[in-house]
Amino acid sequence: MRLSRFLNRWVLYALAVLGLALFLRDEYSFTLLNFIGIHALLVVGLNLLLGYAGQISLGHAAFFGLGAYTSGILTATYGVNPWLAMAAGLGVSGGAAFLIGIPALKLRGYYLAMATLGFGIIVYIFLNEAHDLTGGPSGLSGIPSLSLAGFPLNTPHRLYLLIWIILGLILALSANLVNSRTGRAIRALHDSEAGAESLGVDTFRMKLKIFVWSALYASLAGSLYAHSLNFIAPGSFGFMFSIKLVTMVVLGGMASIWGSLLGAGVLTVLPEMLTVFHDFEVVIFGAILMVVMIFLPRGLVRGILDLYEFRRYKKKGGHIPV
Amino acid sequence: MELQRVSLAFGGLQAVEQVSFEVAKGAIKAVIGPNGAGKTTLFNLVTGFLAPQQGRIIFQGEEIQGRPAHRIAWQGIARTFQLVQLFDHMTVLENVMVGRHRLSRSGLLAGALQFPWTRTEEKGIRAEAMEFLEFVGLANRAQQPAAILPLGLKRMLEIARALASAPTLLLLDEPASGLDAVETERLKDLILALKDRGLTLLLVEHDMGLTMEVADEIAVLNYGKLIADGPPRAIQKNPEVIAAYLGTDWQSQ
Repeated sequence: MRLSRFLNRWVLYALAVLGLALFLRDEYSFTLLNFIGIHALLVVGLNLLLGYAGQISLGHAAFFGLGAYTSGILTATYGVNPWLAMAAGLGVSGGAAFLIGIPALKLRGYYLAMATLGFGIIVYIFLNEAHDLTGGPSGLSGIPSLSLAGFPLNTPHRLYLLIWIILGLILALSANLVNSRTGRAIRALHDSEAGAESLGVDTFRMKLKIFVWSALYASLAGSLYAHSLNFIAPGSFGFMFSIKLVTMVVLGGMASIWGSLLGAGVLTVLPEMLTVFHDFEVVIFGAILMVVMIFLPRGLVRGILDLYEFRRYKKKGGHIPV
Repeated sequence: MELQRVSLAFGGLQAVEQVSFEVAKGAIKAVIGPNGAGKTTLFNLVTGFLAPQQGRIIFQGEEIQGRPAHRIAWQGIARTFQLVQLFDHMTVLENVMVGRHRLSRSGLLAGALQFPWTRTEEKGIRAEAMEFLEFVGLANRAQQPAAILPLGLKRMLEIARALASAPTLLLLDEPASGLDAVETERLKDLILALKDRGLTLLLVEHDMGLTMEVADEIAVLNYGKLIADGPPRAIQKNPEVIAAYLGTDWQSQ
């Protein structure tokens, strides 16, 4: 029964992605969907780290930026094949995560948050200051579009399927991962590092692994972002974006793979729909983070389910299970 | 397992001082003593959560002192905790499945890609974990979150989880604390069943009834020092132990 339910989810996902591809016509919708897909990639990765392993990263935008800039610089400046550049981006981000992770993941809680925050700021400053390499604050333009077997993916419509197929694969990999031996070890160390260690789990190595793994997702998202916009600037990879990603994880639900998609969707669409977001973006994201943490600590989906169950229990006059 | 003149001080406090004793293979050894005598510190030294400043800890002919906890676990030493350290957000079954960690090998990539051999291994882990749950009588709660179990069952789950890592030496840190009489009786049966399985046990316990019944040998600590070591009968009569810990009641019983 579990297998059939699992299959249905993926079938639904494929149908929804295909359906949208067939029925939507306007370019704007696809641009928006592509952003949702790219954000969802980032959020799933961050959720593995934050929601499952319980390790905070306030510098996740940096890995996104490293992926985007590696792709951008290699293709626009050096004419490297975009797919090879994407692979190089994975190498750079993964390598950076590995090197940063070794000292940073020995820290806990606030200290880890501060260390990753610092890393994010360093990368942001580097992107701004290394003019010759990155184009500085005015950005890097002329990034070519991706092409697949000679077919150019140069419109949002064409890129859409690629992004959402990649996202589908990443969601599947992540869902597999959290229910595997390594995934269990990662969730275990979230609840009790001592307990996990006592069973032979090398908690530091596990944290490092999942940190690098989630940086790889971010890098992949960055490369796709660079090739879909054909232009990147440091402003997209700053501290504020890291906070947005954390908000998406929290809204979608910590330790929820599908919630990540929802969190990314809601917080990508809302700023587009409501013009009020443009002036008060920081304030609104802060408010969302606070409200969700206080009233729906398990995220939107499970939070609403909890409220529903709560009402049902109340109607029956039963006790609320703690 | 053997401790040779093991010492550890926290600042000026000598938590464990020149402690030496042996645990015979297949035996149950209990460590008793008043609160703050260094029992839990001793456990943490053996299981790698602390490193001794002096002395040697020898397990199966190898010096293991100072190795990190996860490496000691790989050598076949498992433990439970005085304050249970379960994985609250995971199911009862998943908790025990983590216990199989050192006996399985699929890494992050294999887990994400789910190769055929990964699935086979996963099935095995699940089935074996289920057996350990059955052994401690928790099979009917396999799918519940570990957090909602009552304390007595949490302690049972922690034992099942430790057993799942197939240890040759199991350390139980106050397994009876917080248990009622019925639960303590069940725990006693479980401990004796473990001994029958050929496991070596090291036990810290305040429940003297339980300790005297199950232990083959008892080591007594007081202010970090070993003041007695021997079979329960001898310990009960040892005047120093009576003065430090047991009190005079035990003589008359």
